[in-house]
Amino acid sequence: MKAVEVRELVKDYGNFRAIKGISFEVSEGEIFGLIGPNGAGKTTALRVIATLLQITSGSITVFGYELPKEAGEVRKIISYLPEEAGAYKNLTGKEYLNFIAKFFGEGEKFQSMVQRGLEIANLGARINDKVDTYSKGMARRLLVGRALMVNPKLAILDEPTSGLDVVNAQEVRRIINGAVKAGTAVLLSSHNMLEVELLCHRIALVNDGKIIASGTAAELKNKYDAGNIEEAFVRAIR
Amino acid sequence: MIGNIVKKEFKELFSISTLLPIVVVAIVFASVGQMVGDIGETMEEKPVIGIVDVDDGDFSDIATSVLDQTAKVIYSGGEAEEGLEEVREGNGVALLVIPEDFSQNIYAGQPGEIEIYWIMRGAGMMDSISSGVVEGLMQAVNQGISTKLIQDDSSSDPALILAPTKRTETTFLKGKEIEGLSPSQLGNMLISQSVVIPVVVMMLVILSGVSVISSMGLEKENKTLETLLTLPVRRSHIVIGKIVGSALVGLIMAAIYMVGFSRYMNSFQFSDINLADFGLALGMPDYLLVGISLFTALLAGLSLCIVLGTFAKNFRSAQTLIFPITALAMISSFIVMFKDFDTIPTILRVLVFVIPFSHPMMAMRALMLDNYALVIGGIAYTAVFTVIMVAVAVRIFNSDRLLTGSVRKRVARGKLVWGFRR
Repeated sequence: MKAVEVRELVKDYGNFRAIKGISFEVSEGEIFGLIGPNGAGKTTALRVIATLLQITSGSITVFGYELPKEAGEVRKIISYLPEEAGAYKNLTGKEYLNFIAKFFGEGEKFQSMVQRGLEIANLGARINDKVDTYSKGMARRLLVGRALMVNPKLAILDEPTSGLDVVNAQEVRRIINGAVKAGTAVLLSSHNMLEVELLCHRIALVNDGKIIASGTAAELKNKYDAGNIEEAFVRAIR
Repeated sequence: MIGNIVKKEFKELFSISTLLPIVVVAIVFASVGQMVGDIGETMEEKPVIGIVDVDDGDFSDIATSVLDQTAKVIYSGGEAEEGLEEVREGNGVALLVIPEDFSQNIYAGQPGEIEIYWIMRGAGMMDSISSGVVEGLMQAVNQGISTKLIQDDSSSDPALILAPTKRTETTFLKGKEIEGLSPSQLGNMLISQSVVIPVVVMMLVILSGVSVISSMGLEKENKTLETLLTLPVRRSHIVIGKIVGSALVGLIMAAIYMVGFSRYMNSFQFSDINLADFGLALGMPDYLLVGISLFTALLAGLSLCIVLGTFAKNFRSAQTLIFPITALAMISSFIVMFKDFDTIPTILRVLVFVIPFSHPMMAMRALMLDNYALVIGGIAYTAVFTVIMVAVAVRIFNSDRLLTGSVRKRVARGKLVWGFRR
């Protein structure tokens, strides 16, 4: 079964068409990346798949569940990490993980989720401090922990390393790879083309609401006779 | 240089969000001023009364003559029942009955007794103003009789000369006959129902409203809303959870406020009269109805707040959005405080009924006077209002609106394009 199947997806905001009929699939255990410049429609596509926005036309299924009809079922198996996500500032890191885990399970399941969240966040004793006191890197690690601790069948990650320094970004990429090995499919967006090349099994190049090319990094570089994905992207949009 | 900074500060501070509260407060004060103006007119008007003079003696003649000059007498006869009916129908304030031994008692050195039957149409602070005017007329009657006593040298008792009459009073208030109390005494007794309850309900609505609207603003400002909306929880549960959580916070804050405010108000209450002695005490079922009325009104207010909260872009804009709630709570509390539901003009009556917060403000007073229809009708209305507002909120939570904000038109390079507030 496909983790995600998107067919001819169109998303309008009033008279403005943000997504102009895109189609792609994500397989189980795969990291699929949407890359493109700011305003290309990556975040909108992720938000629609994450059940946050309505579909204008086209269809989306997530592990066989159809959106928007079965949005409730989809929310049980996905985890979404927005680009500028935050946590409740009056809670400690651990309280925040507890709060989220309660929506996904009770008893032993709950405990193991929180434990996994603590391991991924890896904040040591600071996990018991208020989120308000965290640096940007610490907050992002907590949020990545939150997103992956629930063992989602599909993790939707919008710019997962956004604003992080090299060390923290590498750590987050390691965590994502770990989650995929444990069976999670990942759909991510990024405008950091080097990162996508390093992380993703397959890539879709998005520009002006359309997918202009897709395939593995090697296929795309080969197709556009480019040394890296950034170069391939620039040639693709010309 | 300074001018540049002043200009920047002015532009930043002089916005709709800073002006709106002042405009709302100004409107509320202007409305109160209008009501106070009405008090002045009421006090200048001659009160409408009826007189039953059974005595027909020297002193009762003085009393009726003084009252004829200072009041609008619509009944002057010998039948109390008939007089009372006339005064009621003529929208009068009181029927004054001068019994047959009135003059005889004064000649005998005893104060003459005047029986006053008050017709009170509402229990608001302004509803006893006309009776206050009549009480003033009674002073004029006393003065007239005292002058006669001094001129005729009929009495050397200074106590009698200073107070030649005494009163027995009965107040008719919406079907209740309350013996031994004047409208002003009754008003003093009901001060907690007239002032404390509207103020506490107003504070409760505002404080919990601030909580729920701020919570929406903070969810957006702290970027936690998107995560919350993708969790496996029904949108209706998110809406209800926010409402109930804010209601609890509001109740705690209102309880603290109520303790301080009721002690403050008690310092103005001189009466140690027991409401139960006059059939005005509430039983357990009545308190239960008051509680239900308060709870449903609170839920109605909070459900309205959560709908408004969806418009909040951040914590600051959330603070501005509370003002419609503040204005509605202030308007209803001021009206309920000053006037009774039955004595306000129809248009205001509709306004008061439509504002859900008015109902718990009126509930206690209405139940004291056995007006169950108003209280139960109010509960039913606020419950329906809540259900509609929660449904609207859930619909918004299920739509794009919560995340994309309003779609607005903006003019760019001479043509209309669509922009989005994220």
